Amino acid sequence: MPAVSLTVNGKAVNANVEPRTLLVQLLREQLRLTGTHVGCDTSQCGCCVVHVDGKALKSCTMLALQADGASVLTIEGLATGDKLHPMQEAFRENHGLQCGFCTPGMIMTAVDMVHRLGHELDERTIREELEGNICRCTGYHNIVKSIAAGAKAMSGGAHSHKAAE
Amino acid sequence: MSAAMGASGIGARVRRTEDFRFITGKGQYTDDINRPGQTFIQFVRSPHAHAKIKGIDARVAAGMPGVVAVLTGADLAADKIGNLICGWMIHSKDGSPMKMAAHPAIAGEKACFVGDPVAVVVAETLGEARDAAEKLKVDYQVLPAVADPAKAQDKGAPLIHAIAPGNTIYQWHLGDAAAVDRAFKAAKHVTKLDIVNNRLVPNAMEPRAAIGDYDAGSGSLTLWNTTQNPHVARLVISAFVGMAPEHKLRVIAPDVGGGFGSKIFIYPEEVVCLWASRKIGRPVKWVADRTEAFLADAHGRDHVTHAELALGADGKIAAMRVKTIANIGAYMSTFSSSVPTYLYATLLSGQYDIPHIYCEVDAVYTNTGPVDAYRGAGRPEAAFVVERLVEVSARELGLEPAELRRRNFITRFPHQTPVIMAYDAGDYEASLKKGLELADVRNFGKRKRESERRGRLRGIGFSTYIEACGLAPSKAAGSLGCGVGLWESAEVRVNPTGSVEVLTGCHSHGQGHETTFAQLVAARLGVPIETVSIVHGDTDKVQFGMGTYGSRSGAVGMTAVVKALDKIEAKAKKVASHLLEAAEADIVFKDGKFTVAGTDKAAAWGDVSLHAYIAHKFTGAELEPGLKEGAFHDPTNFTFPAGCHICEVEIDPDTGLTQIANWVAVDDFGIVVNPMIVEGQVHGGIAQGVGQALLEGAVYDGNGQLVTGSLMDYTMPRADNLPSFRVETTVTKCPSNPLGIKGCGEAGAIAAPAAVMNAITDAVGTESIAMPATAPVVWAAIQKVNAARKAAE
Repeated sequence: MPAVSLTVNGKAVNANVEPRTLLVQLLREQLRLTGTHVGCDTSQCGCCVVHVDGKALKSCTMLALQADGASVLTIEGLATGDKLHPMQEAFRENHGLQCGFCTPGMIMTAVDMVHRLGHELDERTIREELEGNICRCTGYHNIVKSIAAGAKAMSGGAHSHKAAE
Repeated sequence: MSAAMGASGIGARVRRTEDFRFITGKGQYTDDINRPGQTFIQFVRSPHAHAKIKGIDARVAAGMPGVVAVLTGADLAADKIGNLICGWMIHSKDGSPMKMAAHPAIAGEKACFVGDPVAVVVAETLGEARDAAEKLKVDYQVLPAVADPAKAQDKGAPLIHAIAPGNTIYQWHLGDAAAVDRAFKAAKHVTKLDIVNNRLVPNAMEPRAAIGDYDAGSGSLTLWNTTQNPHVARLVISAFVGMAPEHKLRVIAPDVGGGFGSKIFIYPEEVVCLWASRKIGRPVKWVADRTEAFLADAHGRDHVTHAELALGADGKIAAMRVKTIANIGAYMSTFSSSVPTYLYATLLSGQYDIPHIYCEVDAVYTNTGPVDAYRGAGRPEAAFVVERLVEVSARELGLEPAELRRRNFITRFPHQTPVIMAYDAGDYEASLKKGLELADVRNFGKRKRESERRGRLRGIGFSTYIEACGLAPSKAAGSLGCGVGLWESAEVRVNPTGSVEVLTGCHSHGQGHETTFAQLVAARLGVPIETVSIVHGDTDKVQFGMGTYGSRSGAVGMTAVVKALDKIEAKAKKVASHLLEAAEADIVFKDGKFTVAGTDKAAAWGDVSLHAYIAHKFTGAELEPGLKEGAFHDPTNFTFPAGCHICEVEIDPDTGLTQIANWVAVDDFGIVVNPMIVEGQVHGGIAQGVGQALLEGAVYDGNGQLVTGSLMDYTMPRADNLPSFRVETTVTKCPSNPLGIKGCGEAGAIAAPAAVMNAITDAVGTESIAMPATAPVVWAAIQKVNAARKAAE
């Protein structure tokens, strides 16, 4: 089986994978990073969003082998030690999750949204940017609130969080 | 109450205890669990809606790399594995029992819907199982199929099960037909509507999953399963499927990623994982992909209805008549029979004083996946019938929709409806009034003209819904055919150090029980909420319980906790009386402290819990050591949450695209434990209701192929389809439980579809718009209205 080398949450990872292995399968099944979820088979739901080289990406749309040499950040790597990322805090503070299944993908998408669009996100922008993430529980109301609040909160520590990737 | 308790007690917006693990990726869903030596299973599903299985050639598949076993329906039958069952008996009007066809976990002789399992492949890896499954040769003889419930009873329609001629499962009715006929004859006005309540796919974000694990040493089986009710799953899989005796089967429902009803039912896949594990002596894991979820999860709704409302000239409702054909799918799922009957027709009185109601329901088999309870289960269908009838009646009589509702509201409680239910409390005028104010209905005309200036159509729609939650008084449910009791259980274990574990038979799959149940305990015992943990979802840990559905966990599950806490307090007072050397009757328990009335003698909660266990202050003859109590609570009535939702839409006539411009919800849920969580439940419910009205619809073609079989084809509501919601409450306490709780989980999904459709039909000016009111549907309706106007000019 071909080998792949990448960085996941700041740690070097070497693995042998079947060529057809998806990045999400490598993360979940080999590295046991089960915070990244699989909610569909058509790249619609966004439960599997991670950051690859600093950009949000559905990890079901990429072969593990394509991630060779890449730096991957998953939900497990977002907090700094015991200190939650401001976006994680914002989701808890604003009841931005219910069953929790879409949550890791939502948070990873939200962090990427702030990196691209800044800290002052209006409701329309957030809703449109969430096009690739489906939640069945919350009706998005509190997710939108969470992201707006998290975006603001990230203005303090944004650089250090970005540097972690 | 101390300040600390005030922050976490009943009514406080406590942040959720469970969130930490979910926001850090540490949740443990079934797919996150792996067992040593685990194998993977792939289901081979029928590509035909109706086909005889003439033969299965497994020779090539069995020889593929990594394949451990290929199993078929014949193997299942040879091992005498029992069929899946429907647990609610419905009798037809002629007294005959419903026609429940055999439902084997793997079809043996014929497949009855696209997705019906016909074989499984077990292999070392999922990839190998899938590769081999593709090599399995199934020889089908394709049979004609029927997918449309309105055509299932036609002469010449393909017969799906010999036991059910005309594909008819039952012909049920409720109410007084003769009285209704008389009222209609005397009525000044009759409103008639034909309604299709569109078929929906629940689509919890976590797909269903199961791991079966057989332990040959003890002869016991463990099932990890995405279930809302692990004990019910264990009971059915033991008593009916006959997989293992109940005490040799453990069912664990770990974190479950949403249910909405679809994870109540006992499905073929978990049965097969258990059976296959026992056969091969290794754990067997299955995780549905989304395509399988679309094909094989129980869907919701799918009613075809004709409804009539008789009114006097004054707008007073005299009677209602409803005839519904309900699609059950190819097999009867676990509670499928109850949804279009006792969870539907019993709610047709809505919030209104209607003297006479008659409802007939034909349940039919079709060559489609099973249909069962989905968020609201029967009640959204009922609310849609009632609220559309009322709105259209008002338009036909030239009355304000709010005024017609007001004239018919029930104002005195208790109120016995003509369809079984006895409403215990409510104030429908209060929620309507608050809704009208918050939605600024007075100035709607101004907003409509402003929209018109921009070339848009604007409409407003009301839905003053009612629902029955807190399922359910067991004796009443039993008399109506329910095969189980619907009480709930709780056990409260106080540890020697004073921390508390509550074991509940309810199950949380997004509802936040770990927080709300702990709020209740913290408030009652005066202990910090951090010292309370809620245990659920494991039949080896928790006493028998009925699980979570039908907005029952607050009203029924928390009441069981209250009863157990009553016993804990009584026992703790006995311990305190020995510790403080005072008479038991003089012990006062308040804010986590035991005091002796009229003295300054006191003991802290932790002192008493410790002494309950070290037992140094009393003899065994005086008192039993320990501090652990259990309770079962059987409700004495349903609870009746109700409210008023008002939706405003704006439609682009050039495209037919509908935008929700404004949403106001005013709900009466009785006493609210955690407003933050309750509002979240309402948001999610509204989103699913708006989804039904605007976007979602499962479509089978004439051959029974599911056309909307993926998230590419079935439109789930996304963030930009929805607005933010204004969610408020009014309060009348529920008199039938000590907390005064009613239930909130389904309200949004029940209220929303009618509110949206009343708004769209108001904007467009025709009542003939079907759900989902997608842009093309609304555009076509606008063209028709315009053409009719032109013709009239």
